[in-house]
This record gives sequence, structure tokens and C-alpha cells, in this order.
Amino acid sequence: MPTAKAPTSLRRLFDEIGTVDQVGIEERVAKYTTRSLKKKSKVFGLRLAVSMVDLTTLEGKDTPGKVASLCQKALRPHDIGDIPSTAAVCVYPSMVRHARKHVGGTQVKIASVATAFPSGQSPLKTRLAEVHAAVNDGADEIDMVINRGAFLSGEYGRMQDEIASVVEACGTATLKVILEVSELETYDNIRAASFLAMRVIRPGDFIKTSTGKTSSNATLGNNQVMLEAIRDHFLATGIPIAMKPAGGIRTAKQALHFLIAVKETLGDEWLNNRRYRFGASALLNDLVRQLEKERTGAYQAPWNFSEATEGY
Amino acid sequence: MPKTLPKPNPARELVFGELWEFDPAPETADPKLKKRYDLFINGSFVAPKKGKYFPTINPAHETKIADIALADAADVNSACIAAQKAFVSVWGKMPGKERGKYLYRIARLLQDRAREFAIAETLDGGKPIKESRDFDVPMAAAHFFYHAGWADKLEHLAPGRQVAPHGVVGQVIPWNFPLLMLAWKIAPALAAGNCVVLKPAETTSITALKFGEICQEAGLPNGVVNIVSGAAETGAAVMQHPLTTKVAFTGSTEVGKSIMRSLAGTDKKMSMELGGKAANIVFDDAPLDQAVEGIVNGIFFNQGHVCCAGSRLLVQESIADTVLAKLKRRIAVLRVGDPMDKNTDLGAINSREQLTKITDLVQSGVEDGAEKYDTGCKLPAKGFFFRPTIFTNVSMSHRIAREEIFGPVLSILTFRTPEEAVEKANNTPYGLSAGVWTDKGSRILKMSTQLKAGVVWANTYNKFDPTSPFGGFKESGFGREGGKQGLLDYLRVV
Repeated sequence: MPTAKAPTSLRRLFDEIGTVDQVGIEERVAKYTTRSLKKKSKVFGLRLAVSMVDLTTLEGKDTPGKVASLCQKALRPHDIGDIPSTAAVCVYPSMVRHARKHVGGTQVKIASVATAFPSGQSPLKTRLAEVHAAVNDGADEIDMVINRGAFLSGEYGRMQDEIASVVEACGTATLKVILEVSELETYDNIRAASFLAMRVIRPGDFIKTSTGKTSSNATLGNNQVMLEAIRDHFLATGIPIAMKPAGGIRTAKQALHFLIAVKETLGDEWLNNRRYRFGASALLNDLVRQLEKERTGAYQAPWNFSEATEGY
Repeated sequence: MPKTLPKPNPARELVFGELWEFDPAPETADPKLKKRYDLFINGSFVAPKKGKYFPTINPAHETKIADIALADAADVNSACIAAQKAFVSVWGKMPGKERGKYLYRIARLLQDRAREFAIAETLDGGKPIKESRDFDVPMAAAHFFYHAGWADKLEHLAPGRQVAPHGVVGQVIPWNFPLLMLAWKIAPALAAGNCVVLKPAETTSITALKFGEICQEAGLPNGVVNIVSGAAETGAAVMQHPLTTKVAFTGSTEVGKSIMRSLAGTDKKMSMELGGKAANIVFDDAPLDQAVEGIVNGIFFNQGHVCCAGSRLLVQESIADTVLAKLKRRIAVLRVGDPMDKNTDLGAINSREQLTKITDLVQSGVEDGAEKYDTGCKLPAKGFFFRPTIFTNVSMSHRIAREEIFGPVLSILTFRTPEEAVEKANNTPYGLSAGVWTDKGSRILKMSTQLKAGVVWANTYNKFDPTSPFGGFKESGFGREGGKQGLLDYLRVV
């Protein structure tokens, strides 16, 4: 089922979309880290970040009990103060029905990884069946992985067609397309893969950096490449694509740097959880800790914050 | 659960609004300023002989910071005599290894007091604290570290020959990078075994005089470094003093020419680092977002008060509209305002005089028929500020394409072929720097040989390093600063 005209070579695609200079883009993102947020602007950023978290547990040892506590944490990240709930919980397909019991009908969405996460090395039929199962169990959002093998061996059409099939399988569920940037390695590849994906997904669907299961995950650099791809795609087509960096964002300070990148690259319309998410687990408690510090003027002891997840 | 899909936005423009405004983030540490600064002569701070002082102001608030001593010819004379004495009795015959230790000590002291110096620099000069903190002061220290390493290896500069210091060196520096230009001048001079009489710019004397404190702390022998503050006459006295055997000047081409005229017939060795009107050349295969970032760094760094600023953008005609649109989106998020705020990207223009000059040239651009665009951002009520400004429809004959504006004003011109790009880039009396943006390596190499500029940056702009020589072609001056070549300018090859 070919859906978009796939380029026959990356070179041809770059002629159209342009390339990325590694040194230049890393210099650009270094400037985000020198922004200094104080007082109200800091609280605004921290609260925004909380509302954008896809609170995640993706482990072999996940149990219904663990997912229950994750859901409670997502709904109410802290027992005092008026800290917003997170955007979603993100779990394996087998845990979707358990999550549904706790967050179904609330504003916290259920996201499920699918398509033989994290490697994607299963027959397409199996991967699509997994998507169907997760959606049928009540997943609002599906996080799929792209076929990196297809991309790296030059089968761009196949990579795009597979994404298009998943879009179809999603029905009304939002799709997040994980590029697994560390396996694509270069910024040029990340830009190319972003465009290939964006051309077959729907307005409001996401592109996402990583599974969190490889050695390197979301960085300001690959986040910037993808934000610029989203911007260029939007300006060319009017189609707004959303973005989700995932993995490796553990501190509030990091999250704020990512949000400043959004503010200065895509502008105000992307500063909400329909257009930007963080895939994270340890991040949430650091955001809460910083918000509590802003509220009370002092850092609270770590045991004052409920644990619901371990980091990934 | 049905979800509401964001609708395609036919307007297709991004909104850089006020949803998330930043609160002020002022740098508040104490810059340890004095109310009055005396001249630094022969290792101590002394009042000027005539007792005259002039005020130095904070260009962001137009308030007085301190009184600065005004040196006249007699003061300059004492400074030169002190320098000569230090050269003959101590510094000139000290082994290079020992001189190096002093330079290392100065570098470390600058690092120790980096924050204090950065704040003083920003208060006095108007540049954003982020730049003085992350660029000016660390780079100044880096120059001392680099030249400290050279001090005992001078014989490797001219293999098979002997090198010897000049003696007393007279130096006059500009106001755009006050401490950094001081470091560019003093570090190689001292490493080579010279003694120094330096005049900082009239509007930015504070960090130079604070540097006197560092010399004292480092235990530098008296008279090796002398700082005489003042205006043009003071500078002329330094340059023309019979004891200075080498003079080094950084500043405008106009003043450089008058110095050269006044020194004609003397055997003083000179080096001049003068103005520029650099071309930043963007080809259609360049990574455009990074090129735009480089254009912004090139012209808006330090409010465009940079002699090597990329003030002429030469962009290939086929991508001109795309680049302009990207550039406008990029400068929409530049923050202009209080230089002491850590989030400020463009600070204050250095002086009222400079602001007037920029305003006049921009006015001439409008009158010549070029199309002006600025962000329309709010400017502080007091102080000297200017919005980032872009001119399109500029032709080579416009004043804004020929004269050095030394402000945040970019002139955009287009070209069709590489040959035309080179011709336009070289069609200027200046030749300090240039930038080339392309994905094609061979084109970079070819352009770099064809561009008549002392520095050619490829896929980057405004990159500096102590190891890299910097200097100009044509009316941008002669002599180099930095690297082996820069150091050799402070030595006689005998």
C-alpha cells in the first residue's frame, strides 16, 4: 500500500530538505543552556514540563501493581500543592488494560509502545497485531518504532509504508513515531527520517527521538534537528506535527532547556502537551522537587516525594 | 476516546509571542569598582600630573560609574621611562622561563577574578553579561596561557636566526573588547620580553585599570606594564613617544591612517588592526539553519561592534527568500535589553556617539532606497540601544554596503555565480574577514584562496583562538595577532 512518493536516494531527499551541520547545530543548542529562568517564568516552565510528561515504565518486571502506582503518580504527582497531572502514562501493551482501570476517563492518556518495541524486529503482521491489541485494550496513543534496518539499507519506501500501515491500525489513537536516533547516528539521517515519517502521519501525531533502550537518547542536538524538521514541514504544508524527546532527560534543568528550544524554534503554539511531550520517569520527581522549592523556598528531603518508577 | 486533531494552519507562520515570558535574571555579584581610577605607572596607581579626570558612564543607564584619570604627554613620558627602565634592568634580560611564570600567574588570576571582570566589562561597555562571561574574559585568560607557553621557546619562531625584543611597546586598543584586546596586545608583548605602555579606549578604561591590580597581585616587576587612560591625545603621545620602538594599534581605519602619517619617517615598527566590511557568503547547498545561526553570530555578536563582523550577507539568489525568512524568524527571538540580564542577547551600544553614527548610516540606507526591516522589539527607555536591523535590496554602491557601520545592521546582497560572489566580496577597501557557507569542501578551499581577507571562516563565523593569527588585508591593516605570526611581530629577527 504505497502512500507517499518515497525518494530513491537520501541525496535526492537532501536536495529538497537540506542538510544539517553538526558543529553549527551543537553551537546553537549550547545557547539554550545559558538561558536563566527565574521566579514566575521558572514555575511556568516547570508546571508546563510536568503537564508534558509521558510517565513511563517499560521493564520486563512491570506488574499490574507497578502500573497502578505509576497511574496514581501520573494523576497526582505530589500530595500537596496544585501540581498538574502528567500528560500520559506509557506502558507495554500487556499493561494497557491495567492502566485503564486507573486513568481511564481521566485527562491522563494511556500510551502504549507497540510494534515489537524496542527493536521492531518482528514481521509487520505481528507488529500491526500488537498495535490493534493495544488500541482495543484502550490505548489512546501508540508509540511505534521505525524500521531502522529498512532506513539504513535504503528502503525508504518500505519504511514509510510500514509507518502508514501503523497509522491505519491506530484508528483514532494518536501515533508517535520513534526514530531511535542513536541508531541513525548522524544529524542528516535524523532529519531525513523525520521528513520520511512526517509525510505519512497525521496532524497532531508525534515524532519521537528514542526508545530509551539504547546508550544514547534524547539530546538537545537531536531534539533541535527534529524541531527544525517539524518547523520546515509545517511551513511547507501547514501540517503541525508534535514532538517527543525521550530517554536521558532526568533533571528539571534539562527539561527547561528542551522547552526553551521549543519556545525559540517552534514558538508558542508548541508549548502545550498536545504538541510536545517528555518521555521520562525520573524527571517527574525532579520537576516536583523544584516546584516545591519554588513554593516553599527550600529543598525538601527526598523521602517527601513519592516514588512510582525507577529511571529509564 | 476521540481526539481533536489540530487543524492544518493555512497561515503557516510561527507565533513567537508572550506565552512564556522570562523574568529578569540580573547578574548581581560585586564588580569591586573604585570611585576613581588613577594611572597605573611603574607598578603603582598614581594621580595624573595635571590632576584631570573624566567620567566613564554605563551606556545601558547613562549613569556615571567612576572618574578616570586623564593622562597627558608628561604622564605618558613617565610611563615610557618606567617601561624603558624595567626593560633594561629586569624584563629584557629575564630568562623566558621566568617570564612565562608571570604570564601563567596573570592568566590564573584573571580566571580567579573572572566573574568580577565580566561584570565590570559589561557595566562599562554595554555588552551582554553572557558574552563577557563566556567569551571576553575566558578568551583573555586563554591568550595569557598560550603566550606563557611561548616565553621560553622564542628561538623556535625563527629557526636558524636569533630573536630579540623591541624594548618599549606602545599600544592603543578599542572599546569593543576592552579586556580581550588588552590581552591580545600585552600577552605576546610580555612573552617576547618587551615592556608595555597601553592606552585603553576612552569609554572603556575600567577593566584595563583593574588589570593593573592583577599585575600587582602577580608580582610583576614594576614598569613592565603601564596603563595610561585618556582620549585621542593620550594615544598620540604613546604612539609618538621616542622611547616606543614598536607600536600596535587596533581601531578605526581613519585613526590608523593618521597614526601612520604621524609616524612616517620614524623607524618604529608598526602593526595595525583596523576596520572591516566582511562578506558572509551563503551558497544554495549550505545547511541553511546553521548558516542563519552563523549570520546572526556574525553581525549581532557584541551588538555588531566587531571589526570582523559579517556585515554584508552575500546570498545566492535562488535561496535569498528562504534565507531571509529564516533570518527573520531567528531574530524574532533575540532579546535586546539590560546587558546585566543573563538572558540578554544584544546589549547596549557603547556610546551615544556610536549610536548616532549607526542611526545616521541606517538613515542613509533608507534614503538610498534599500529596504529596512527590524524586529520592532521594545527597547529600554534609557540608555543607548538599537534594534537588530536587516537591509534588503542593497546594492554595492550604497553607503551601508561600503562603510563600516559597527552596529547591529546587516546588508543583504545577492549573487548568482561563485565568481560574482568573490568579486562582490572583494569589492571593498577592507579585507579583514569573510565567511563561506557550503556543503562542498572543494568550493571552500577555492574560495579561501580567492577571498582577499585575513581570516576566512568556513561554515562558521566569529571563531577565535589564541593559536590562530588574526589580521587584515588592504585597509584592514597589517601585522597579525595571535599564533606564531602574531608573536613574531613583537620580536626583532637578528
